[in-house]
Amino acid sequence: MKRDTRITWINRLLLPLLNILTAFAVTAIVFWLIDVNPIEAAEVLLYGAFGYEEGIGYTIYYTTNFIFTGLAVAVAFHAGLFNIGGEGQAYVGGLGAGLAILFLDPTLGAWVFIPASIIGALLFGGLWALIPAYLQAYRGSHIVITTIMFNFLAASLMVYVMVHVLRETGQMTPQSELFPTNAWMPFVHDVAAGFGYSIEASPLNLSVLLALVCAVLVWFFLWQTRWGYAIRATGKNGTAAVYGGIKPKRIIIVVMCISGALAGLVSVNELVGYQHRLIMDFHLGYGFGGIAVALMGRNHPLGIIVAALLFGTLYQGGAELAFEMSGISRDIVVVMQGLVILFCGALEYMYRPWLIRNLAPVKQQEAPTGVTA
Amino acid sequence: MSDVFLTVLLTLDATIRVSSPLILAAMAGLFAERSGVVDIGLEGKMLASAFAAASVAAVVGSPWAGLGVAIIVSCGLAMLHGFATITHRGDQIVSGMAINILVGGLTIILGLAWFHQGGLTPALNNESRFLSITLPYAEQLAYIPVLGPIYKELISGHNILVYAAFAVVPMVWWVVFRTRFGLRLRAVGENPTAVDTAGLSVIKLRYKALLIGGVLCGVAGAYIATAHNAQFTRDMTAGQGYIALAALIFGKWRPLTVMLACLLFGFLDALAVRLQGVVIPGIGEIPVQFIEATPYLLTVILLAGFIGRAIPPKASGMAYVKER
Repeated sequence: MKRDTRITWINRLLLPLLNILTAFAVTAIVFWLIDVNPIEAAEVLLYGAFGYEEGIGYTIYYTTNFIFTGLAVAVAFHAGLFNIGGEGQAYVGGLGAGLAILFLDPTLGAWVFIPASIIGALLFGGLWALIPAYLQAYRGSHIVITTIMFNFLAASLMVYVMVHVLRETGQMTPQSELFPTNAWMPFVHDVAAGFGYSIEASPLNLSVLLALVCAVLVWFFLWQTRWGYAIRATGKNGTAAVYGGIKPKRIIIVVMCISGALAGLVSVNELVGYQHRLIMDFHLGYGFGGIAVALMGRNHPLGIIVAALLFGTLYQGGAELAFEMSGISRDIVVVMQGLVILFCGALEYMYRPWLIRNLAPVKQQEAPTGVTA
Repeated sequence: MSDVFLTVLLTLDATIRVSSPLILAAMAGLFAERSGVVDIGLEGKMLASAFAAASVAAVVGSPWAGLGVAIIVSCGLAMLHGFATITHRGDQIVSGMAINILVGGLTIILGLAWFHQGGLTPALNNESRFLSITLPYAEQLAYIPVLGPIYKELISGHNILVYAAFAVVPMVWWVVFRTRFGLRLRAVGENPTAVDTAGLSVIKLRYKALLIGGVLCGVAGAYIATAHNAQFTRDMTAGQGYIALAALIFGKWRPLTVMLACLLFGFLDALAVRLQGVVIPGIGEIPVQFIEATPYLLTVILLAGFIGRAIPPKASGMAYVKER
């Protein structure tokens, strides 16, 4: 008895849903293992993320980072590339944003600083991805290994720059001097106050709009342009794409630059939007989190926004959880990221044979198809 | 003069201690990749087994019990990797990444819940650690010029896992290149279809390879937490799994050259510690970060084919589909 394996509602809906539920279920087991009631924990978590204005602000602030890195990973995925270097690209992107601000005349206006810092982050993040892309395209080295190595190279580079070049004079902490106030990305609570609304202060800044614009642009680029078509064709079937006249080397370069640039934008939210100086390790975890976000969001910008919101919620709620309950920390979010990557990524098709066997309709007798069966 | 000699000896001694877990992990990676499974989960397996070893050693009071549980935990993760990538043909990189991230969070969460020390495990006393072994006559022979100090400082005075790490290398060479299993292992990483046609199970061979890797990573993790250090700390493997992966590539998937690559990377690490803040006449102070970055830089350059060529096993990275 042959079953039809191409049933959309199983492959596109039921399977991803089951995968996410499995990840949640295993997280619940982890809670149970450490003697924390999962339902109680979820209540604290949700209150922390959405219970008060400042909490909501933090949640959306973290979501912004995850949108950037989720998009970064997804764009590369569409071309069949796995960009594991989001961490390094975000970090070096911060150098770009920081240098753009620190080297401009501090008396300039925000209309110069903010675009300059965004361009700096885009350029440096993209550049940090360009080298592995070039090596993959023209020297045949594997992009996953090179981007891993570039994460470590980025860490060493940034420590060097922070300690030896950009450290604020007379300070022990390796961090740059404060950015001029003109260069700060406006806080949402300040903007709201300008319109006469009063909301609690939080790190949430206008970078969230930038993230949403990026999501729309990525959607438009991937599904509405010739380049996007070429990228998706390469990802689906590289050999066929070559026959269609697409040059895979160029695709690798373009896709990785876009991916790295998007990851670099994390620094706009973190540094230009909130910290207002170049600091160490501001990027930690967001690059890898982006993998979970992209996998969960099925590499679609809309899905990525939803998945990023989930992880933003977990991130902020996890902080509340660590504050309220002893014996638990925010690292539970990292556990959940790992589980999402495992069940929505590596074990994506675990349930598929079973679902097909039990739910898919029996294949109709098709017309004889010749030699191949 | 003798001061310089002693400094060199101590740096080499540190090299051996730093290289040991790299060697064990790289050998684990060698088995996996030779069988056609890319294993970037070395880092996670080491971290998990470091945590397991430190926890069990702290509770039971025996480093051997810690080592045993470390190996079991590491093998469990190796089997998870196998389940995802061999049985369900999931992406090998994604699976490895998932294991690394999962373990990074889980070790802290479980450590907090079990020991309430901010994610650390209790500090181990000497009875629950692997201690250095003084080889026979090390003290008496120390007075012999040159060879004496070499024997005393460099060869003697390591813990048993260091000696184990170096003993593993010829064993791996022998298994991979001189046994029937080794031949099949290499074949399954180059051309799994041929192995399948010969009537052997590709799946079983790959699982076996991952299991051996699991044992080796378990030992590496136990070494880091209960021999080199005396407790588990957050993210204490600090990228050594990735360095081992780099060494595996740098050593071109051959046991002896991989060991040399591990020693080179270990030496750079020991050198970075020793050169911190030292001004070298004529050159000035070498930034520590530069030396730390060298292993990664060398691997990138090698992979790009600028110094020789690194060609991985042909079928590595691909799941085997029987019916085509």
